[in-house]
Amino acid sequence: MNGRDENELAMLLRAAIAGDEKAYAAFLGRTAAIVRGFARRKIVQGGVDPEDVVQETLLAIHTKRHTWITDAPVLPWIYAIARFKLIDAFRKRGRRVEIEIGDIAETHAQPESETVSDREISRVLNGLAPGQRSVVAAISIEGRSIVETAETFGMTETAVRVALHRGLRAIAKKFGRS
Amino acid sequence: MQTNDLINALKADAATRAMPLGRVWWIAIAAATLAAVIAFFLLIGPRPDIGQAAHTGRFLFKFIGTLTLTISLLRALSRPGAAITRAAYWLVLAPALVGAAVIAELFVVPAGQWRVVWWGTNVYVCLTFIPLIGLVPLAVMLAALRHGAPSRPGLAGAVAGLLAGGIAATVYAAHCTDDSPLFVATWYSIAIAGLVALGTILGRRVARW
Repeated sequence: MNGRDENELAMLLRAAIAGDEKAYAAFLGRTAAIVRGFARRKIVQGGVDPEDVVQETLLAIHTKRHTWITDAPVLPWIYAIARFKLIDAFRKRGRRVEIEIGDIAETHAQPESETVSDREISRVLNGLAPGQRSVVAAISIEGRSIVETAETFGMTETAVRVALHRGLRAIAKKFGRS
Repeated sequence: MQTNDLINALKADAATRAMPLGRVWWIAIAAATLAAVIAFFLLIGPRPDIGQAAHTGRFLFKFIGTLTLTISLLRALSRPGAAITRAAYWLVLAPALVGAAVIAELFVVPAGQWRVVWWGTNVYVCLTFIPLIGLVPLAVMLAALRHGAPSRPGLAGAVAGLLAGGIAATVYAAHCTDDSPLFVATWYSIAIAGLVALGTILGRRVARW
């Protein structure tokens, strides 16, 4: 199962890097399920919401996707990012944890669904500059397209893309620093 | 914001591209070397007999070999999930080479002279200028690390310091008239260690992501 996951995910991410949005959404959805399973197994003593780790990992994967070599295995790369973000989440809450690399081998993608609760990312989103915040919120929470968002706010499409890109980078950066 | 909402936003941003990490490292290495050379000429300049100092040539060659190993380790450290142990093992080569040179020197130089060549004439210059020449290269390496995604920012920062120190020491060697391995093994190492310590501290702070 891991072998099949590996090949399909690598294929999806390659297509995504070439600009295929559908492939990217599929890649991120499946990656989210894998990281969710990983985070839930690792977070046993509470204090950290696994879904926050999932979201931070997805953002980090997004802003750092140029660090993946397109012919290298993608799962070790995903797990390395997830592990870094998990350790970081504990560190921010004043705990130190060691996560063994050996545990990755028995980790499989189980389609685990997310729980609904208040997310750290919402707080970070609210801290953005108003222009970026409204663009990111329109595209993410309201699910609008770039074109629709541009019409709503009377902006050019390019301006919307730039605001979205900068907003996402700012969110990722805040996660990394706080 | 739920995870699916986040995916909506990330998907819409799929077309943006960052510079590939491989190219960033090439630029960083070129910029760091250039910065070290400029700092060298501004601060101290080459020794007067540089033309005939064949020893320096041999010496440079060894340094450049080791630097290549450090670069590959640093590049691996900037990619999540990359295997680093093999590159790390190769780093043992540098201390091994220096160690062998020290032993050879102990046989060649009479015991009464050991202290003299060990202390040399340039200790304070060496300890001052290697770290100084290495400062900008270190900053360049840390910037490249920020562009990457080091899962161990402290360690990556330390290796960045090692590389910056290596570049600085290579350049500095063209000024230094103390060619004895006893001198190099002691004072160059201490000077480079300073940059490694600085790199570790800064790496933890700036290379986090």
